Order: sequence, then C-alpha cells, then structure tokens
Amino acid sequence: MYGKGLRPLSIASVVAIATALSLVFFYAPLDGDQGFIQKIFYLHVPLAITALVGFVIGGVFAVLHLRSGDRRWDAYSYVSIHMSVIFGVAVLVTGSIWAKASWGHWWVWDEPTLVSFLIVFLMYATYYPFRYAIEDPERQARYASVFAITAGAFVPLNFMAVRMAQSLVHPRVFATTNGGLPGSMMFTFLVCLAAVALLWVTLVKFELTAKSTSGQIKRLRRALDAPAPGSSSRIAPEVS
Amino acid sequence: MTPSRTAFATILAKDLRAELRSLQSLPAMALFATTTFVIFRFGLDRTSLSGSLAAGVLWATLLFAALLGVNRLFVAEREEGGFDAIRLAPIDRSALFAAKATALFAYLLVLELVVVPIFALFFLGSAVALPPLLSVLVLADLGLAATGTLISSMAVHSRARDLLGPLVLLPLVVPLMIAATGASEPLLAVGGPGYHRFGTWLAVLSLYDLIFLLVGYAVFDFLLED
Amino acid sequence: MNALLASAPALPLDEAGKYVAGAYIVFVLLLVIYVAIMAAKLQRMERELRELAGFAEQRKAEPAVPEREEVSA
Repeated sequence: MYGKGLRPLSIASVVAIATALSLVFFYAPLDGDQGFIQKIFYLHVPLAITALVGFVIGGVFAVLHLRSGDRRWDAYSYVSIHMSVIFGVAVLVTGSIWAKASWGHWWVWDEPTLVSFLIVFLMYATYYPFRYAIEDPERQARYASVFAITAGAFVPLNFMAVRMAQSLVHPRVFATTNGGLPGSMMFTFLVCLAAVALLWVTLVKFELTAKSTSGQIKRLRRALDAPAPGSSSRIAPEVS
Repeated sequence: MTPSRTAFATILAKDLRAELRSLQSLPAMALFATTTFVIFRFGLDRTSLSGSLAAGVLWATLLFAALLGVNRLFVAEREEGGFDAIRLAPIDRSALFAAKATALFAYLLVLELVVVPIFALFFLGSAVALPPLLSVLVLADLGLAATGTLISSMAVHSRARDLLGPLVLLPLVVPLMIAATGASEPLLAVGGPGYHRFGTWLAVLSLYDLIFLLVGYAVFDFLLED
Repeated sequence: MNALLASAPALPLDEAGKYVAGAYIVFVLLLVIYVAIMAAKLQRMERELRELAGFAEQRKAEPAVPEREEVSA
C-alpha cells in the first residue's frame, strides 16, 4: 500500500517548508558580500543536493531490482530518477537566476558545481528516450536499471573532472556552503535541506501511489474483461 | 561450462576476424574523420592548430567517429542473429563483455593510428607530440570501449538504435573527454609538448576506465538474460 | 571564504529582491504545475473507476449470457 503514510509525510513537508521559508527571510542574517542575492542559495543548494542524492537512490533501487528481479524496485528507481530530474530543472533555473543576479549573465561556465550538474542533468534526461525506445517491458526495466547504475557511477566522476577542468585563474565564486558559515546561516540551510528532502520523499511517494492506483485500475479492467481506454504510457513502468 | 578465457578468446577472435573480413567501416571512419578535419579547417578558418583548439578538434572528431563506429560491432551481430547464438551457449556473459570491449578497443586504436597522423599532417607543425599523445589515446580508448560496449549492447535492442547509442553515450563520456583534452592541450602547445598536470589527467582517465570496466563487467549478465 | 564571495557584486536591495523572488516563484510554479498534472491524472482515474463500476454492476445484473455463438461452417 503506497498511500499509507502519505498524509503525515505531506503535513511534515508543509511544516518544514513553512519553517524554512520563515527562517530564510526573517531569521538568517544578510550576507556581507553578496547581499540579498545570497538568499537564493537556501533554495538552490538544497534542491541540488536532494536531486543528486535522489539520483544515487535511483541507482540503489536499480541494484535491488537487478538482484531480486522484483519489478517494484524498478518503479521506485524510475520515480526517484524522474523526481530528481524535475528537481534538477529547478536547480538549473534557480542557478541561472543566481548567475544573472551575480554576474549579469543567464549562464556562466565558471561555477563548476553548476556546470557539473548540467552535465548530470543531460545524462539523466536521456533516461526517458532510452526507456521509451525499448519495447519489451521486462527488458525495458532491466536496461533502465543498468542505465541508472551506470549513471550513478558517472555522477562523482563527472563532478571531479569538471572541478579539475576549472582554470586556477578563475576564483570559484561560491565555495561550498559548509565552509565557514555563521551558525545562524548554517542552521537555516540545514532546515531548508530537510524541507526540500522531505518534499522529495513526499512527492515520490505521491507519484508511486498514483502509479499503483493506476495499476490497480488496469488490473480491475482486465479482471472484468472491460475494453481498454486509449493508449497507455509506455515510458513509465507499471506498479500493481 | 566453457571456461571464460576460452569463450573470451573465441568471441574476440570472431569479432576481429569479422572486422578484418568486412574492412568496410575502418576506412569509412578514417575518411569521415579526415573530412571532419577539413570542415574544421574552414569552420575555424585556421590552417594550424595548437593547444586547446587542437585538443578540442582532435578529440571531438575522434569521439564522433567512435560514436559512428561503435554501433557497428553490435548492429551487425544482432542482425545476423549472433546474439541469440551466444545467449544459448553456456558461457559466462561477462566474458562476452570483455571480448566485445577488447574488440572495440582494438578498433578504436587502429582508427586513431591512422587518423592522428593525418591530424598532425593537417594542423600540427611536427609529430613530436604524438608519442606522449599515444598514452592518452590508449587510456581514453579503454574508457570509450567500456562505455561504448555497455551502452551499445542495450541500444541495439531498441527502436531508433542509431540515435539512442550516441545520445546516451555522449554525456557519459564527458568526464573522459575533459580528462583527454586536459592532458592533450599542453602536449599540443606551440612551444613543444608540455606536461602540465599530465599525470593527474592520466590518473583521472585510469579511474574512469576502471570504474566503467568494473560496472560493465558486473552488469553485463543482466543484459543478455531472456 | 569571504574573499571568494567578494568577487560577486552585491546588488541594491530592490533589484536583488526581484531575482530572489524570481527564484522562489520558479520553485512554487514547478510545484503547482506538478500538482496540476497529478490532478489531471486523478480525474482520469476517477473517470475510469466510475466506468468500471458501471460495467461491473451491469455485468452483475445480466443473466448468464452464453459465449459467442458458434459460427457454423
């Protein structure tokens, strides 16, 4: 039963997000150098961390799927990656807005973390056409798991390579948040991270519940020998 | 159960023999790369290249030629039903991965042994950078072979397999390209080969190769189950 | 760390506010779009269930119907 626990999760997410937003705008001090712009990081960085962890989780589910053959793991893997890609869009857009605010350009190549994330995003964006192109559902699930594992191994390598490619002449504009942040900012950041992570989990569960329900309806339809409606999605794995 | 080494050797021999027999794609790939160089000459409006520009042109061209060539090892196999025959045979699937990756590696290396001298002829003043470049080429080819085999083996079972292989492979090899160009750029500098961070980049390449060879070896079993 | 941050200029509050607001609005928009898509899915599911329920009731009400008539050669 996927829907179980969805309500407490969503309530927790709402509370966490409300708390986080309040902290960001009413508690966290103004940054001395970047000014008000710095507030974007409370949104952008938690989204990025959550998305990346989500991709890794997708890879872990993929391993479980291959080892057990249970297709439910494949559904978890798919939804984890799917949600992380959506969060990834938010990361890139908020990153772009920050770049415009800080540098005057909607995109900069000088920020290695953002560039690495773009490449990771492009990698996982190919997950959909890849799945969609494989017709046999069982094979599709297996190959998608192999993809998720390969892409999962790729993520740290990519970050490392891009970071190394940075010319030592260009200073990194945004050093990691974890270095030398005043306590109040760190606290705010951690709450934001928890809120975004909770949101991710809630949405993943929500999506899985929807898929499961859809699967049950199909099952019911088959049991009743009722005629099928229009075409069903061939990208997304079914959950029953 | 046929020992893996025997299986590996047999499949490898088969692939290499098939390539030698057909011989079609290697000259075609070399031609493709050469014409690409000509396009770059006019596109960039340069008659000589050095440093980052040289590294970029060389690696972009090699990569695209490799992408075109990679599917060949699998498309032909699938169309001739080779995959089915291998699936029925009681061999360790990972031996298949090793064999195919080795064949692809050999293919890429031979291609480069032809194309890189042409590149030097067209754009470089001298061939002095070529020997150290060889080490970069070998390591990069290992990575391309591992990822290319892994992805093509899946792409070949899909619709639109010509598009899917390159589409998925291209972002996957970005770290490889970063390291390869990073190592090549100082080698192709105007004043003569430089070795700025050469060891570091080779280490990154080796790490990439190791990881994807391991991943490929570990998951290949799951690709051929049916 | 502050020296690194110094390479990015600080915009005046009103200008900066627009960008920050923009970023948070993008986040909210994405969330709302997601909700809208899920709402559409939910509607479709409701429709299908209703249809299936009707189908099931209909089947229950019918007397036993023989299978398709044999086509005699």
